[in-house]
Amino acid sequence: MSNQELLIALYTIVRREIRRFTRIWAQTLLPPAITMSLYFIIFGTLIGSRIGQMGGFNYMEFIVPGLIMMSVITNSYGNVVSSFYSSKFQRNVEEMLVSPMPNWIILVGYILGGVSRGLVVGCGVTILSLFFTDLQIHNLSVVIIVTLLTSVLFATGGFINAMLANSFDDVSIIPTFVLTPLTYLGGVFYSISLLPDFWQGVSQLNPILYMVSTFRYGILGVSDIDVYTSFGIIIFFVVALFAIALRMLNQGKGIRS
Amino acid sequence: MKPALSITNLTKTYGNGFVALKGISFCVEQGDFFALLGPNGAGKSTTLGIVSSLIKATEGEVSVFGHDLHTDMTRAKKHLGVVPQEFNFNAFENVYDIVRTQAGFYGLSSKIAKQRTEHYLKKLGLWDKKDTPARMLSGGMKRRLMIARALIHEPKLLILDEPTAGVDIELRRSMWSFLQEINAAGTTIILTTHYLEEAESLCKNVAIIDQGKIVKNTSIKALLQQLDSESFVLDIAPNMPQAPSIDGYKMHLEDEHSLVVEVKKDQNLSDLFAKLKAQSIEVKSMRNKTNRLEEMFISMVENNTESASE
Repeated sequence: MSNQELLIALYTIVRREIRRFTRIWAQTLLPPAITMSLYFIIFGTLIGSRIGQMGGFNYMEFIVPGLIMMSVITNSYGNVVSSFYSSKFQRNVEEMLVSPMPNWIILVGYILGGVSRGLVVGCGVTILSLFFTDLQIHNLSVVIIVTLLTSVLFATGGFINAMLANSFDDVSIIPTFVLTPLTYLGGVFYSISLLPDFWQGVSQLNPILYMVSTFRYGILGVSDIDVYTSFGIIIFFVVALFAIALRMLNQGKGIRS
Repeated sequence: MKPALSITNLTKTYGNGFVALKGISFCVEQGDFFALLGPNGAGKSTTLGIVSSLIKATEGEVSVFGHDLHTDMTRAKKHLGVVPQEFNFNAFENVYDIVRTQAGFYGLSSKIAKQRTEHYLKKLGLWDKKDTPARMLSGGMKRRLMIARALIHEPKLLILDEPTAGVDIELRRSMWSFLQEINAAGTTIILTTHYLEEAESLCKNVAIIDQGKIVKNTSIKALLQQLDSESFVLDIAPNMPQAPSIDGYKMHLEDEHSLVVEVKKDQNLSDLFAKLKAQSIEVKSMRNKTNRLEEMFISMVENNTESASE
């Protein structure tokens, strides 16, 4: 395929993905808006006012970056895992497999679809947060880069999950038992400096900590972790997961017999 | 001229050890209307699955208009349109989007994609359903949707796996004439079917596959010439309590006015009618007991099963 044909094919997948999550907005865009508003009200306003300072900021200011990042992570992941698994389940993945499109275009297309939803929800939650706090951005480029990389990382993770899944149960196992605990323990609601040394060390094995901390640095200018170390770790995971996902797609596990 | 499809020594052993194809080879020439026949589980869908790259071959080569499916995959796939047996579209997407999106996967520009989507949806009688989600369509419409989708990049070779399964007679006829029309315009067509009448009236050449092997690969005409005898059902008058006895013909009564007669290749119907008339039996009408190709097919598959079990 020529470069122009490849671009058209890629655009076609991304457009279809965006149309999918906007068509079913009540399942994809509305729930995170409601959940995050509840977090803002309950943890930020009601409980947060009694907590006092966290990492040098009032609690609402502290959790807003974490909650934005949490929305980006869960939505980027959720979009790809549910969309690609349902393509497998309904077998319309075959529409792409019979076409001359190379596998990497399929993978990049789904990742960009996931990134689109992650960003739309991330922006929506950011706008909602403005009703509860003033958001000052310390470093815009860090905010943009870490959001994009995190979104790519989890969209790719969602793709791997969908490739491995054999049932709708398998689609929810990783988000429930891995993603949610890692997110909650990844410094969204607290600074890891509150933890004893041992648990601070354990927390540093959690990749989500690096993303949340770096994003928080971009907004507030403070971080539990060195920003450059964070970028290095995030980029390593993006490259590794992309390679794994592409290899699985080339092998055709679960989609080519 | 390179064949539209060339398959050489294709084998497929599935992960569970089932050997679906045991080294099949055949060619389909450009412009052909080709039938791939065989009983359930014979290996038809596996063969078509490998050609459409949804199933990985264990060994063997496939080329489409001279382009190898592995080494020259892009060009091979551009020439190929596939209509699978099972519905494989997103049931929640609307008809227009399904076809339009497929055009994008082949890298067609937006303008061409829109023009062709409209053209093929109109051609297949789906234009007024363009905004309907695919799950709301009838079975026949869903099948036509898959044909429109397979044609969107205007492939030179169209493969249809049981295109008329579960389709009513009227629609089946209209699908036949549509396929004949695109074949006449130059598209090579390969189909699998359970309706042997369909293969007989549409196709020029045939390969019969059974237990993962090609048992016959010839023209439909040549195949039918090999038929030793044909059975006819004669509607006779007057009603008879038992079948008449006529030298050289095997016959029995299906009911008191339906006489089943086996006519061998060297016998002729005028002679049969004359002999019946001599016994004051009138023939009011006549039909083939089964489709001719069906008789051939059954005897061939039975022979193959017998020789395999020996």
